[in-house]
Amino acid sequence: MIEVKDLNKSFGSKQILKAISASFEEGKCNLIIGASGSGKTVLMKSIVGLIKVNSGSIIYNNDTDFLKIDDAGRKELRKQIGMLFQGSALFDSLTVEKNVIFPLNMFTNMTYKEKMNRVNECLDRVNLKEANKLFPNELSGGMKKRVGIARAIVMNPKYLFCDEPNSGLDPQTSIVIDKLIKDITDDYKITTIVNTHDMNSVMEIGDYVLFLYNGEKYWEGHRNEIMNASNHQLNDFIFAGRFFREIKEQNNKRLSDEKNN
Amino acid sequence: MTFLNHFGRYVLLLKSLWVRPEKTSIYWREIARQMVEIGVGSVGIVVIVSCFLGAVVTVQTAYQLTSPLISKSIIGSIAANSIILELAPTVTVLILAGKIGSNIASELGTMRISEQIDALEIMGVHSSAYLVLPKIVASTIMIPLLVIVSAFLSIFSGMWVGEFTGVVSKQDFMTGAIQYWIPFMANFALIKAITFGFIISSVSSYFGYYTEGGALEVGRSATRAVVVCCVLILFFDYILAQLLL
Repeated sequence: MIEVKDLNKSFGSKQILKAISASFEEGKCNLIIGASGSGKTVLMKSIVGLIKVNSGSIIYNNDTDFLKIDDAGRKELRKQIGMLFQGSALFDSLTVEKNVIFPLNMFTNMTYKEKMNRVNECLDRVNLKEANKLFPNELSGGMKKRVGIARAIVMNPKYLFCDEPNSGLDPQTSIVIDKLIKDITDDYKITTIVNTHDMNSVMEIGDYVLFLYNGEKYWEGHRNEIMNASNHQLNDFIFAGRFFREIKEQNNKRLSDEKNN
Repeated sequence: MTFLNHFGRYVLLLKSLWVRPEKTSIYWREIARQMVEIGVGSVGIVVIVSCFLGAVVTVQTAYQLTSPLISKSIIGSIAANSIILELAPTVTVLILAGKIGSNIASELGTMRISEQIDALEIMGVHSSAYLVLPKIVASTIMIPLLVIVSAFLSIFSGMWVGEFTGVVSKQDFMTGAIQYWIPFMANFALIKAITFGFIISSVSSYFGYYTEGGALEVGRSATRAVVVCCVLILFFDYILAQLLL
């Protein structure tokens, strides 16, 4: 489990995160949602230590405060973390295979054969069997995301972070990536945290949803509760699109018909 | 204030390189790769620049020494000394600062804005040590070697151009070059080359590593890196000359 308590972060005079507290459930797909500029990415990068927060605590494994451990402890903890970045962040000069094998080369004493078996296993897991020798610039957006996921899970992490995994992808590929993240979370019992503003993702994979608005936590709960939430800002965010608005209207109509009958 | 801010961050970057490597063999491999990229990759430009430098110095020196009372061998002496003391270690390195400096700054800048450096950090890799240290080591080794190549090529091109244009014979040129040869000049040139190699790689890495923003800033970082490297090279050129000669 990952627990954040009273997390505050400012850039200059602008406060981006305002006393955020949340518990991300173990072995579940946790979603951080909110409009652009609401502080999702800052929160995620703060949790993994890429951004230094002003105050608060980030508890991993129920006992380790990420902000209080030394560099060596932080490095050890980071070996339990895999992350998929918004732009995939693949190393341009390395092939797909070398991108995925990179953490194994750096941190394990496995033989080359063992490492290649693990790489192929991960690439198979993300349905990329024939791409070993391709360079990132030869891949589509969806393929890059899948390589990013393969690289993130190659060290068998306990925690998987995905920053806007669907950005720049078509709806069909987005569904594939969402399903992949959900399957990996369930199969490997990973605690996954996903940043997104894609409502399809919320409805498909969100076991626990945290809604941010202007850097504040406005709502948290399960995806099944989200459609009937009474939070004004959350409703504005969810039903901004016509599709979800119509579902909501149909739902309300059905409830009112049932009430009248 | 801005200067102090940059200098402080630059020193902190250099300090952050002193960490135990995650895996020494990977760092050695990276150093070797950078040596090929920085050293072998720059041979072409060094050859072209050095040949023309030697030729121009010989022709211009001969143009100024028109008196029949001055021995022709003086041309070789002046040309060789100028090449070893200044042209090979400074002018060649200024050109290398443009090539290597912009390359390092843009590579690291692109890695920064495309979150590749963050990806390394998340894996638990000490990104500054892994990315910057091999570049500094490789550059500090390879640039002196390139300067040696440059010095030899410049002197030989000067000698051949002198012979070809008839301003000084090969024998006179070499007699002059050897007659006034002071071995410390070679050491001085190498000290300069090592210093400049360190400046090019560390300053360019600093500007690239701390790039913020988008593609435009990568270009700006590369330009800034080259400009600052050139100014620092000229500054330290003077300081070293003042201290060591």
